[in-house]
Parts: sequence; C-alpha cells; structure tokens
Amino acid sequence: MSQPQAWSVPRDNVHTEPGLIRFVIVAIAVLFLTVFVVLPLVVVFAQAFSKGVGAYFSALSDPEALSAIRLTLLVAAISVGLNLVFGVAAAWAIAKFEFTGKTFLITLIDLPFSVSPVISGLVFVLLFGAQGFWGPWLQAHNIHVLFAVPGIVLATIFVTFPFVARSLIPLMQEQGTQEEEAAISLGASGLQTFFRVTLPNIKWGLLYGVLLCNARAMGEFGAVSVVSGHIRGETNTMPLLVEILYNEYQFVSSFAIASLLAMLALITLVVKTVLERRLDEGQIPRDD
Amino acid sequence: MTIEVKNIVKKFGAFTALDNVDLKVGNGELLALLGPSGSGKTTLLRIIAGLDWPDAGEVSFDGENALTHGASERHVGFVFQHYALFRHMTVFENVAFGLRVQPRAVRKDEAAIRARVKELLDLVQLDWLSYRYPSQLSGGQRQRIALARALAIEPRILLLDEPFGALDAKVRKELRQWLRSLHSEIHVTSIFVTHDQEEALEVANRVVVMDKGRIEQIGTPGEVYDNPATAFVHGFIGESIVLPVEVGDGCVKLGGKPLNIVANGAAPGAAKLFIRRHDMQIGPAGSGSLEGSVRHVRTFGPIQRAEIALCGGEGKTVIEIDAPRDRELQAGETIGLQPRRYRIFAARD
Repeated sequence: MSQPQAWSVPRDNVHTEPGLIRFVIVAIAVLFLTVFVVLPLVVVFAQAFSKGVGAYFSALSDPEALSAIRLTLLVAAISVGLNLVFGVAAAWAIAKFEFTGKTFLITLIDLPFSVSPVISGLVFVLLFGAQGFWGPWLQAHNIHVLFAVPGIVLATIFVTFPFVARSLIPLMQEQGTQEEEAAISLGASGLQTFFRVTLPNIKWGLLYGVLLCNARAMGEFGAVSVVSGHIRGETNTMPLLVEILYNEYQFVSSFAIASLLAMLALITLVVKTVLERRLDEGQIPRDD
Repeated sequence: MTIEVKNIVKKFGAFTALDNVDLKVGNGELLALLGPSGSGKTTLLRIIAGLDWPDAGEVSFDGENALTHGASERHVGFVFQHYALFRHMTVFENVAFGLRVQPRAVRKDEAAIRARVKELLDLVQLDWLSYRYPSQLSGGQRQRIALARALAIEPRILLLDEPFGALDAKVRKELRQWLRSLHSEIHVTSIFVTHDQEEALEVANRVVVMDKGRIEQIGTPGEVYDNPATAFVHGFIGESIVLPVEVGDGCVKLGGKPLNIVANGAAPGAAKLFIRRHDMQIGPAGSGSLEGSVRHVRTFGPIQRAEIALCGGEGKTVIEIDAPRDRELQAGETIGLQPRRYRIFAARD
C-alpha cells in the first residue's frame, strides 16, 4: 500500500465520524432533557389545566390551598431573612479573619447539604418533641414548636443554611480585606465599612445566594414533612399539600399547586442566569 | 507630627516579624523603610497605621500614645501597594469617601466636599477622570487617586506601602519625582516602604535599612551609601565586591597572601572585605596587591564593566568591576588591581 492511500482512509473517517458522533451526542442530550425535564414540566401544567382554566383557579383559591401558599411564603420570608443575616456573618468571619477552628466551621456550614432532609427534620423532633430534650419544658410553658410554624421555620432554616454562606465565601476571599482596611484608615466605622464597601462589593453574589436559598425554602419537603404534622389549613406548606391532594386523587388541585412551584423554579432559573452574568462582569481583572 | 516607635515586637506564630524596633521620625520628614521582603518593613508601617497591633512596645504620635486608638481614629493616610480603591465607586466618590464618613457634627456640606475633592484631583492632576471607575484607569492613575483619597482626610501622617511596586519602570520613575515634589508642597510627615534601593535613595530625606525584623542602619541616603554600618547594608545598597579575608596583626590576607591595605581596627579573625565596583583601581600587571585576568568586557556610557578572574588564592574567584574608559580593557589581558576605598566587617554566620 502506498503512502497517500494509507493516509486517505483515516482522513475520510476524520470527516465523517465526528459529524455522526456529534449528532448522536446531541440527540442523546436532547432526548434525556426531554424525558427527564421538559416532559415532566409539560405534564404538570397539562394536568393542572386538564379540567379547564376555571377548575385551575378554583383549585388555587380553595381555602386549604390559600393557607398553604400563605404558610410557604411566611416560612420562606422568615428563613431566607434569617439565613441572609447568618450567611453574611459566617462568610464575613471566614473570609476576612483568621481564627482557630475555621476549617471546622466551614465543614459545619456544609453539614445540611450532606445530611438527608428527613434526618434534619427528625433532629428537631428529638429536640422539641413531647419526649424530646426540651419537650417537657416547652409543654410546661405552653410553647408549640413541633407541628406548628416555628418547627417548620427551624427545619427550613437548617436545610437552607449553606446557600448564602457558600455563594459569598469564595467571592469575599477573592476580594480580600484591603478595601475594608482602606475604609477604616479613612475614618469609617465598622458599620460604615460594611454598608458602604463590603456590601456593595458582594451584592450580586448575595442576591444569587438568596435566590437559591428561597427556591429551596419554598420547595423543601422532607425535613418539613417530619416536623409539620400535616394539619390541614394550618401546617401544610405547598409541597406537603401537593402530596396530600395527590394521594386523595385530587389531580387538578394537586397539579395546580405543583404548577406554582414549577413556575417558581422557572423564574429562579431566569433570574439566576441574569445574576451569573452580572457576577462575571463584576470580576475586575487584577493588573499584577 | 513626630512619630516615635519604641521596642516594638511582633510575631506571626513562630516567625518574628519585628524584633525590638526603635525609630523616631521628625516632623515633615520623608522617610524610607528599605529592606528585602520579609524584613518587617510593611509590618512596621501597618502597626504605625493601626492596621496591625504589636505584641509589645509603644507607638506615639507627638508624644501621645497612639496604641489606645484604632486605625479609624489615628488620622493616618495609608496608600496600599495594590491601591485598594473602592471598585464600585467612581474616582470622585473614592476621593470623597473619607469626607462622607465623618461624624455628622464635623462633616462638611456637599458643596464643601465637592470643592475639596476637586482641589485634590487637581493636585494629582487627574480631575478629568472624576466619573471613571477604578477598573478604567491605568496603574499610575490608580495610585495617584489612592494618594488623593488618603490626603482627603488631611492626615497627620502619610504612610505608603510599596507605592510604586506594581508599576512599570518608566511610570515608577515619574511618580517618584512627583511624590518628592508633592511632599515638599504639602510637607506632611511621610513614611514609605520599598525594596528598591534606588527609590529609597532618590526620594527620601532619611533611609531606614531593615533586615530580619531589625533596623540595620538609619541615615541620609549619602550616609547609608558611603558609610554602611553593617555588612548587610553594604551588600544590600549599591553593588559590592565581597572577598573573604583573614585579619591578623593589622594586616589583611586574601588566601594567605597579604593585601596592601590596613585593617582599620577590624577584629582579628575571618572577615569580609567589601569594595564598591567603581572603587577598584586598575593598572598594569603587578601594579596592585591583587592580580587578575580579564574574562569579559561590556561597555556602556562612560564606564566599562569587566568580569575578572582573580589569580592566586584558592579556587577561582570572579569579580565584576566598573572602570572609567580612559584605559580600554581587553579580554584575556592580565591586570593589577588595588582597592581605593573599602570596608572590612567581621564575618558572622
């Protein structure tokens, strides 16, 4: 076989194979996304509207549904608000100061990610339940934590704690402490330094963390399910109500509420994309 | 404003950054802290600013203890090596920051703040950049804005940490002269940290040479260059030829062969002979107490720089000398060498 012919065989392959491989890979990806992401989403909305728009809206305006929506919004507002404060404080401490036990603190922040949500819920049952650690004391003082709003808020805070801190720590570490030192040497107080220098520098990262935290807070099922007690019209959040209605064969009502959660997911996705772009723009190239 | 630093000790874990440092800075001085990296110069500057705290010792401004005040109460202007401009603020807002965060009782009104910022931007000749962001400026412009920002609070002391370290050679040279003339204009007590000896000698009134957390010498640029107090200073400032010698009976020997120089009271024993490159007298072979063969000659401007292998002694000692061009050296020729000026320090280590 002569040299040029020997060359021509693999060359043909070079032209044909990648095209085919590319097509197959793209097809697999599209198929996968269709089956596992797009189809379920379509089904949610199709089921929700299967008895018409009227049935959809009456399902949403049912007192139980309204109560679940109200509760979910309340729990999300409290837990996101508190996690915003905790997360900023933790990220600030980790990124800007050196202290012993720092690595331990970072590991601790990640704990909720590695623990099953059901366990997270059970922990609070063990702490606040009637037979639990603080149970007798709470009962004596007539304070209801478990099977009430405080329990749901506690479980949600626990599960969503890492989001804000995690999105801020790398950003704050990269930014360093020089701008804060400059502010202090110019006579700024600690609060002025935080609100005028630190916060503006991390605002997009913070919004990003809050967004993810909120999405998880509204969608949390496992931990909340354990501590809620499923009292209808009182301690059912949206994800819990979806399950209950589904088990009672009320498909339209169930999927109507599910569609709200799906919509939240879509909005989160769009805002997240926008924020990620802002975060990239915010990265200023260093000149050394 | 005078600054007095007494017995300052600062440790980072097992590493001693400052080891019993004493320093007095006079009113209106422009002082350079010069030393290699790790010599503790930046740590000393940060302690004076209040950005770091000493483990022991005192810092006082005009005789008043400064350590009872935090950085925000010391009225010290600090300029960072990497500028540390507020990236989300315009140049104007950066400079105005120190005025805007003042307590309400003493804060200027908006018109006065604007006038002051304008005045400072004029001073650093960058008023046309008011509405740009730091990311849109060159390194030299950023450093000048950082200086204007530090001056806005009318600091009692101005501290600059490697102010030109991140800039290229040409901009650096311009800014050096500019800093000097600025200092003679506003006359605020200033300390700047540098590892660049040329910068220290050219800009400062007095130079503090530091090494390993200690002050090696304090003096005018002329003093530290011409009369180095220690072997470290001689080796660090200016380029030196260093030869290992033996001192005994008032006589200095190199590799067992006596040199025609006096010991100048150096203690007997192993010592180091320091000679500036341009302080080596050259002549025909046999004319000096040292002899060597020229290996390589480069000429630029008024001098020729020659690499010379010394004859005799143990091994091959190669030195570099700077000689005027009145007698052109040739590679391969053997010449005689005699130190004109030199210093002998006892060898430590």
